[in-house]
Amino acid sequence: MDIFLDFGPAVADAVNRAVDSLVVTYGDGFEAFSDTVLTVLVALEGWLRGMPPVVVLLLVTAVAYAASRRVTLTLGVAASLWLIGSLGVWQQAMQTIAIMSVAVGMSLAIGLPVGVLMARSSRVRSAVLPLLDLMQTIPSFVYLIPAAMLFGLGKVPAILATLIYAAPPLIRLTDLGIRLVDAEVLEASRAFGATRAQMLFGVQLPLALPNIMQGINQTLMMALAMVVIASMIGARGLGETVLLGLQRNDSGQGAIGGLAIVALAIVFDRVTQSVGLRLQRRGARNS
Amino acid sequence: MALIEVRGVSKVFGPKPKSALPLLAAGRSKAEILAETGHSVGLQNINLDIEAGQIFVVMGLSGSGKSTLIRHLNRLIDPTDGEIRFNGDDILQYDRKQLIEFRRKRMSMVFQHFGLLPHRTVVENVAYGLSIQGVGRTERRARAAEWLETVGLAGYEDSYPDELSGGMRQRVGLARALCTDADVLLMDEAFSALDPLIRSDMQDQLTALQARLHKTIVFITHDLDEALRLGDQIAILKDGALVQVGPPAEILLHPADSYVESFVRDVNRVRVLTADTVMKPPRLRITTENLDDALREMRASPHDFAYVQTGEPGNYGVVTQAELEQAKREHMPLKDLARELPSVQPGAAVEDILPAALQAEYPLPVVDEDGELQGVVTKKAVIEVVSDQADARAQRAEAQDQIAADAEPAPEDPTGVNPASRSA
Repeated sequence: MDIFLDFGPAVADAVNRAVDSLVVTYGDGFEAFSDTVLTVLVALEGWLRGMPPVVVLLLVTAVAYAASRRVTLTLGVAASLWLIGSLGVWQQAMQTIAIMSVAVGMSLAIGLPVGVLMARSSRVRSAVLPLLDLMQTIPSFVYLIPAAMLFGLGKVPAILATLIYAAPPLIRLTDLGIRLVDAEVLEASRAFGATRAQMLFGVQLPLALPNIMQGINQTLMMALAMVVIASMIGARGLGETVLLGLQRNDSGQGAIGGLAIVALAIVFDRVTQSVGLRLQRRGARNS
Repeated sequence: MALIEVRGVSKVFGPKPKSALPLLAAGRSKAEILAETGHSVGLQNINLDIEAGQIFVVMGLSGSGKSTLIRHLNRLIDPTDGEIRFNGDDILQYDRKQLIEFRRKRMSMVFQHFGLLPHRTVVENVAYGLSIQGVGRTERRARAAEWLETVGLAGYEDSYPDELSGGMRQRVGLARALCTDADVLLMDEAFSALDPLIRSDMQDQLTALQARLHKTIVFITHDLDEALRLGDQIAILKDGALVQVGPPAEILLHPADSYVESFVRDVNRVRVLTADTVMKPPRLRITTENLDDALREMRASPHDFAYVQTGEPGNYGVVTQAELEQAKREHMPLKDLARELPSVQPGAAVEDILPAALQAEYPLPVVDEDGELQGVVTKKAVIEVVSDQADARAQRAEAQDQIAADAEPAPEDPTGVNPASRSA
């Protein structure tokens, strides 16, 4: 006896029809959105690739030093960048940085407000949390297929896929950071007649900043993890180097792409971590 | 009309607070309501009048609802039932905008754990109230710096709160509350987190500031000594209900029930009670210069001595009937006859007048600022205060003995005055 109902095909049909109708009905809207994102991305990428590598290297090194005030860390960051160039994948790395910057920028634009709303209302929180779980666990190809249909192959669906995968930690840590703000400090602010906006920008966000910084760090790391998958739908960059190695059965090229991604991860991680640490020292005051 | 009037305020915590009100009105206890409905009663039917310019202390143990009560005054918590008026205005009718204005201009607050902004400097913390009101940077810094100086923290403007000690942080908290120039200062266990010495410093500072500023201060504490030291009025809360409201001496001398009595028993009365609370009406006082009239008054009264003013106004002495009779024979003026007694100010602590009162042959005159005789402090009254104290100590010592039979009881000072506590 067959105990199973057979609604697999029905679900698949429904999803297909929904995506089709989305494409038909909102195609123009998606295209306009896609164009906007692309314009920003192309400009950023062109700027990064057009800059002499030595300038980029000095810039990043300066930022690393300003954030950490530690010589060894700064040297390590510089060495990692230099390694990327020496591996011969500088241009690809710049492409990856551009895609990641846009994806992380969008994560911030979406993640911060959502995190704030979650901290403010337990109802929003219980609605958003399962959604975040879904975003982090569902295999990216599942949403890459409709994304490619809606936005076409290339960089924009790659950015969207990265966004879906990488935004959750930022949202979670923003929520957590705001919830952890000392209740008495917040109460003091309220007692002195602060408006909700004054409490948010004057107390909650500044005090949650170390946690938010940690969220940005995690988002960056997860965005980097998506680089190879994103390259499968036509985003260029370091992921493509790895993908080419895979397609040509060229372990060496795969290794070069992988090393460069790790080096990039080290750069991003160290810089954001040290910003976070500095903020934390401030945030830990009077706790 | 009192500045702040609290009328029939009840607060119930839980999913359906209103549902517990009928039970409260029917006189069910906090524990019964919790068991029956799962609702926790924070306050029950509180009625208070807080007059402008006084320090009103709300005292209670943890869980008594004192922190809940103080938060009703600036509506950090809204009551389930009842009315709260400020200057005759029903503050529960305020909309959000009015409420924010009310908190900015009328009430400011000091918190137990300071509640300072860790990411802002001391001067910015003090200026916080002004900054959210939109006062310009230069002006608010100047005003904040003034208050910092008042609380003795000049020079710490650009420090961060975590660089200061607990006592200094609370001074910042106090300066922040004063900086908005609000009429009412709400102090929620403001000194409870501080060391005893720092705490008594802060109490002195608050008293000194209050003498200058005449704010209305609502002060929450769990410490009766603190309440007696600071309060013009004291309200005692238990399980969310008011047990007694009155001036310190009344609480000490006439505790409303056994609960208040159990607190009062441990209080160092000789230090808290003042001359005017233990004095008796003056016995016979002779104002006439005429010896015949004086003698007639003396004979008519049941006493055989009388108080007369001697020399400077405010100085009093006694004469006995025998002396008067002798003086009449020898034609001496009444003024030279009287033996001068040390006079006592109405506000002097019993502790301070104790030696003089015990040594003096006659009750000491209590003389006010205008040089008027207010009353007299008898040896008996002073001894009563001390022996009450000794009784309380003996009871405590007994209790301690029972707990630890092998421990030596603390040596009792025969007078009941602990020299250590006097010098403190």
